[in-house]
Amino acid sequence: MSLALRHRVNWIALGMTGLCALATVSVLFFLLGYIAVNGIGALNWDFFTKLPKPVGETGGGMANAIVGTGKLLLLASLIGVPVGFFGGVYLAELGRGKLAFAVRYATDVLNGVPSIVVGIFAYVLVVLPMKSFSTLAGGVALGIMMIPIAVRSTEEFLRLVPASVREAAYALGVPQWKTLFFVVVPAAMRGLLTGVLLDLARVAGETAPLLFTALNNRVWSHGWLEPVSSLPVMIFTYAISPYDDWHRQAWAAALVLMILVLAVNVGARLFLPRRRGIA
Amino acid sequence: MDAARFQVRPRPVGDPGEQPARAAIATERLSAWFGTNHVVKEITVAFPQHKVTALIGPSGCGKSTFIRCLNRMHEVVPGARVGGAVWMDGMNVYQEGVDPVLIRRRVGMVFQKPNPFPTLSVYDNVVAGLRLNGERKKAALNAAAEEALRGAALWDEVKDHLQAPGTSFSGGQQQRLCIARALAVKPEVLLMDEPCSALDPIATAKIEELIYQLKDRVTVGIVTHNMQQAARVSDFTGFLLMGELVEFSATEKIFTNPGDSRTEAYITGRFG
Repeated sequence: MSLALRHRVNWIALGMTGLCALATVSVLFFLLGYIAVNGIGALNWDFFTKLPKPVGETGGGMANAIVGTGKLLLLASLIGVPVGFFGGVYLAELGRGKLAFAVRYATDVLNGVPSIVVGIFAYVLVVLPMKSFSTLAGGVALGIMMIPIAVRSTEEFLRLVPASVREAAYALGVPQWKTLFFVVVPAAMRGLLTGVLLDLARVAGETAPLLFTALNNRVWSHGWLEPVSSLPVMIFTYAISPYDDWHRQAWAAALVLMILVLAVNVGARLFLPRRRGIA
Repeated sequence: MDAARFQVRPRPVGDPGEQPARAAIATERLSAWFGTNHVVKEITVAFPQHKVTALIGPSGCGKSTFIRCLNRMHEVVPGARVGGAVWMDGMNVYQEGVDPVLIRRRVGMVFQKPNPFPTLSVYDNVVAGLRLNGERKKAALNAAAEEALRGAALWDEVKDHLQAPGTSFSGGQQQRLCIARALAVKPEVLLMDEPCSALDPIATAKIEELIYQLKDRVTVGIVTHNMQQAARVSDFTGFLLMGELVEFSATEKIFTNPGDSRTEAYITGRFG
């Protein structure tokens, strides 16, 4: 093979990798741009402060859906974060042999369960016995969705803490549980928080698990036991409606949801503290 | 317990002027395994109080594993197992019901690579052992920190930077910080597992000088593959080969008149 040919092959290979990388990134920017262009027009102060208007009237907003998404995410974290954290601690620090393998495998399977199935599960678990769609049911569904990723990210970030750090603590006569919670977890804190935030960002956009748990609501939802509106379900409902005004609002809702998720993503990477004290 | 004072006289002592010392810690037919791999084979040896005892031998001879058995650090590795006994004040460290955590407070350890807690300041590193074991009084912590840092010959270098991250210092300083951290919990024995192998010659010299001074406070056990280092810092030396203790004797005797041909071959550089 001549040198000129090698150069050409090299150039082609380099070009291909660059092109594929560009394609990946451009999908994101195309998506963001398209949603921004379509959504920005319908975005106004009313969108954040007003309730949806009755069918046929134009205007109104999605204040209830924004608050609803917040409430659902809060409930989901209350379930997903502790279960995921302690499950991850078990896998990273304590679990050995067959049981740990089974837990890890089950976690991965749970992660692969279609979200609509998780919704059905929460429906049977919460909605049927309580005879009502509710924020609680939606939160449970999203919480279950959070668990597998929380478990695996906790496990991964705890494993990243070098063995030498643990050994240093053991050699000082520090018991295992104190080493774990006052040395290893603080050392991994940044990663752990990032994992939780990314997990939250992921479930923030889930629609299917909410369809028959949280349902939807065109007015304010009081407390935790009433059906509640959320941004993804509103996008779904408005997008398949026959009204132009609703379509515009669906774009706006999509834009708000994307900005929310992006803000959490970027914030998680930029603002989390790098250093943490112990004890 | 009737075997209350388990005294082990260091066997063949070369220097007749050397008084038989009481052992701070001693092993009796100590064996260690990784899975089915028998890496330490029935070693019986004593570490005389307030002396430096060095263990030398080629890589993979089991010296690090052996020393990790003394404060029950060997067992933190999955699949690791120990046989035989380690005696301290007439108590077998491996007796049922003995909490390894309490043994490790009495037998400190410094590792091959300096491993200060990555998220902590110098001060927090030094007092970490005390804090994690429940000490809360500020004055007590401050006093302990200064004493430990002075003990590790680091005080003058860090006294104006106590709040700087422990990892921001040089390798040698970090290693002395680790020594200070170990000293702060006031152990009776300090084990060092190749403490200088990641350091440059100047930092090494400082640590060696420090080891010499440490004898007043603690009994030192040091593992090294550097024979000159063993000769410089230790009072007693043991030579390990393939998991067995070939020879144990006063350092001077090992290096001038070894009793075993394998020891002689090793220290004269014919293998290892």
